Amino acid sequence: MTTIVVTGIGATSCLGGNARDTWEALLRRESGIRLLTEEWVETHELPVKFAGRVKVPASEVLERIEIKRLDPSAQLAVIAAREAWADAGAPIDPKERVLVDFATGIGGLNTLLDAWDVLKEKGPRRVLPMTIPMLMPNAAAAAISMDLATRGGARTCVSACASGTESIANAVDHLRAGIADVVICGGTESVIHPLPIAAFAAMHALSTRNDDPASASRPYDKDRDGFVLGEGAAVLILETKEHAEARGAKIYAEIAGGSVSSDAHHITAPDPEGNGAARAVLDALTNAGVTPADVNYINAHATSTPVGDIAEYTALHKVFGDRIKEIPVSATKSATGHLLGGTGALEAMFTVLSVHEKIAAPTLNLDNQDEAIPLDVVIEPRPLPHSIVAISNSFGFGGHNAVIVVKSI
Amino acid sequence: MAQSKDEVLAGLAALVNDETGVPVESVVFGKSFADDLDIDSISMMTIVVNAEEQFDVKIPDDQVSELKTVDDAVNYIVSAQS
Repeated sequence: MTTIVVTGIGATSCLGGNARDTWEALLRRESGIRLLTEEWVETHELPVKFAGRVKVPASEVLERIEIKRLDPSAQLAVIAAREAWADAGAPIDPKERVLVDFATGIGGLNTLLDAWDVLKEKGPRRVLPMTIPMLMPNAAAAAISMDLATRGGARTCVSACASGTESIANAVDHLRAGIADVVICGGTESVIHPLPIAAFAAMHALSTRNDDPASASRPYDKDRDGFVLGEGAAVLILETKEHAEARGAKIYAEIAGGSVSSDAHHITAPDPEGNGAARAVLDALTNAGVTPADVNYINAHATSTPVGDIAEYTALHKVFGDRIKEIPVSATKSATGHLLGGTGALEAMFTVLSVHEKIAAPTLNLDNQDEAIPLDVVIEPRPLPHSIVAISNSFGFGGHNAVIVVKSI
Repeated sequence: MAQSKDEVLAGLAALVNDETGVPVESVVFGKSFADDLDIDSISMMTIVVNAEEQFDVKIPDDQVSELKTVDDAVNYIVSAQS
């Protein structure tokens, strides 16, 4: 089976403006979750007043024209893609063989809602002509393709909070199918806006710890009360090992396989039996040519919602049995919040770096572990063995389950 | 309130710069938006939307295609204001 490797990484998140700063802040156990300072938080009397804004605003990185022409979600995607592309040594050869498969959960929501405000306040003649190309969900994939001049196709993967992981699983498929030499994959999201905050809050999906935002995202803790909205983007450059070696590229890790499944259970609630999620894990392992017994590290979806964390545990127990208690598990949303369509990409990047640097990422805010979730949660950064088989899980509204397998080289 | 040609030119140059990054000093009489300043149609439409608001004039859609040069746009706006 063709071996697929990661040769470039890039990110911008609430922990840092690039992959390295994000990773080091995570290892220092920093939280990127802060009170929002926008006037609209009070104007709309939002029940949730905090989120994980990107640490380095896009306006400090991109040209003013780029800011005007791209929705914030595409801005973050371009920032992360440029970093990953440069990190990989910009492997265009030829550009028709470089494919973009990029994820978003929601797309250009800020553009859409700002334009709606303009329409209501000033009428249709004031709605800007760039509105549609900025709000369309494929805008981020298109922006990356245009920015890096890659012409092997620009696909968009949309499966809510599973999108970022699904994009990476797709990339593995594209490379194995031989339709590209290099795939730029990952995901982005930037929807810190009063409407989605109000809407997620209406579902009681968000933590309301307004008095202590940094402690709000607390996966597996008895007192977890919902997820924390984050924003950001992460990008991985994937190529066949043969291709990477031929051009002398550095290799971080192998993406050994991936898989997706669907619950067909409920539009928002996870299957409490974890059947769909377990199937995604098992299929990903099969796809990677390994077995559950080989897995020795997990980056969990772990959003910090009461039902979601239990359902994932149930699925993991189904796959790994009681051995699940012995596998180190990181829940990095405790530091980054939940990037929705970007989250799987960021966690894939963390998993790749964990495998590459042989260190398990820490989990914040686990003060009283839920007895119903007896996992070996990594609290402080912890050394990993030389040979690692890791999985990174993502699950999304709609019953989407996506899992990738990351292996040490 | 009617503005002078130079005032409209300065305002228009600022709008063009804001939308496209073309330096304000390049937006001068005698220049064509498409051929000299490399402004595409979607940028031109954005500039028109913003110009309508800034100069408090209406530029009908069928008129936009006639505004090929900086002179065309400035003259149209000055005459619409008066």
